[in-house]
Amino acid sequence: MIALVDCNNFYVSCERVFNPKLEGKPVGVMSNNDGCVVARSTEIKQLGVAMGMPAHQIDPHVHRQCILLSSNYALYGDMSRRVTDVLSQHTPHVDIYSIDESFLSFEGFEPQTLNERCQVMRHQVRRDTGIPVSVGLSTSKTLAKIANHRAKKEPHFNGVAIMEPDSDDTRAFLEQLPVTEIWGVAGRSAVRLQTLGIETAWQLRNAAPKHLRKHFSVVMERIIYELQGQDCITLDDMTQPKKQIMVSRSFGRLTNNKADLHEAIRVHTSRAGEKLRKQQGLAQAIMVFVRTNRFRPDLPSYSKSLVIPLPHPTNDSRELVRTAMAGLESIFKPGIMYQKCGVMLMDLCDYGNEQLGLLAEPLSNEKRERNEKLMATLDKLNREHGKNTVRLGMPRKSNAWELRCEHRTPRYTTKWEELAVVKT
Amino acid sequence: MSIHLTVLGRVDTTAPPLKLPLAAGEVRAGFPSPADDYLEAELDLVAHLIQHPSATYYLRSKGSSMTGVGIYDGDLLIVDRSLKPKPGHIIIMSVDGELTCKRYDMMGNRHYLFAANPEFRPIPLEGRECQMWGVVTHNIHSLAPGFTV
Repeated sequence: MIALVDCNNFYVSCERVFNPKLEGKPVGVMSNNDGCVVARSTEIKQLGVAMGMPAHQIDPHVHRQCILLSSNYALYGDMSRRVTDVLSQHTPHVDIYSIDESFLSFEGFEPQTLNERCQVMRHQVRRDTGIPVSVGLSTSKTLAKIANHRAKKEPHFNGVAIMEPDSDDTRAFLEQLPVTEIWGVAGRSAVRLQTLGIETAWQLRNAAPKHLRKHFSVVMERIIYELQGQDCITLDDMTQPKKQIMVSRSFGRLTNNKADLHEAIRVHTSRAGEKLRKQQGLAQAIMVFVRTNRFRPDLPSYSKSLVIPLPHPTNDSRELVRTAMAGLESIFKPGIMYQKCGVMLMDLCDYGNEQLGLLAEPLSNEKRERNEKLMATLDKLNREHGKNTVRLGMPRKSNAWELRCEHRTPRYTTKWEELAVVKT
Repeated sequence: MSIHLTVLGRVDTTAPPLKLPLAAGEVRAGFPSPADDYLEAELDLVAHLIQHPSATYYLRSKGSSMTGVGIYDGDLLIVDRSLKPKPGHIIIMSVDGELTCKRYDMMGNRHYLFAANPEFRPIPLEGRECQMWGVVTHNIHSLAPGFTV
């Protein structure tokens, strides 16, 4: 069985651990530069604040009731690591999918013990980190994802939902689940599926895989097998465009050579940067991870990830690579046989939609190209002749590039000067 | 009054942070042992103080209600969230939305938070919005003026 563990309202939950006053209040976390709302508490959702909504577009009456915080990636990254550490105590097979989601394999565990195991695990995460999580279990990642959604929405599951692929309950649920709700089925594919008469998850499950592969892609074919309960998609297949970009790969053979990891991270990050520029996005944080082969119990196992916030949203490969390398440096442990490493670009925002406020209209391609060339030249000069050799002459612009984080909470877990204060 | 001291070994100033060398055996002060030259293990202060790393957090103390147990304003508290609080433990609890550090205990059948300073009254937990946060395992109090912890 495969479990998807998802932290509930992760960023907001992290903030609440160190500031219990935020409990029960409408809290939102904004992206870098305090532009859009990227995380929401249940209460702020109920006030009608949508995901990705620019903070200045929130109705003033609603805005007054909300607590809007700047993002605190140092805190979220550290809390994410702690959650993953706890999960690793319950199964050696932990695959990090994003800062707040991991897939766990419970292969070889007695199936009838899984509900209880996952309840224990869920309580331990809550106890050790303060973060509430939901767990969805099934035989494929897609079904585990659906089960996780149910664990969150249906209180009777008590946070842990198991969906057997062939049960009546699963069938009944899939029969009323619109295809749009399935992991990896984008809005456009959903419209095309509808023209083929496929509207529910159950109909998709019973569609002809080869036929749909022709109309869509190999991923759509795999989604069908997944809905039937066969685990056949990789996490790389399923990163949602626009939200995160993951590039990772297993090494051909196990390696303990740091140079191999350096090289791999460099290549993966460059590739991720290319993808990012292709979809005209900017990344606000980058996650680096390494792990050993889970099927080699004879070797020491190690799995580590680190999230590093970028000083400003960027799609500059050099900056991404430099940051990823620094991240690798701090999670690399010598003497370990590594099997896989990768990077994930996180909290992407649109290039044309960046919240700098000085681009009154979207740039034409020509202008953008010129800008990029300009930035590239600038970087080159500064690199070769020293920092700040050439700076932009417009103070407004350079101010805009400064990271705005007026509402950032203290970095409670990573800075000695910013620890949470407790009344004695 | 006399204080008994056990000599563990010299501090190696070139050692990596937090790791001090341990001499092979205990020695009486003033009686050097040849074993001193054989360093057999390193003392890791973090490992000594922290049993459950992913559940351990540092918090900063503010106030004077716990001076009786040696916790002063500005001290560094090491808090383990995974420990089950027992009566007598110094704990961190969120009380009415505020993190507070007190000694947890029972009086009769009722749960209370006690200060370690006679100027503060016990806080009954019944009828309050409160949530257990963690157990304080250690307090780091700096004795060197100007030395920040």
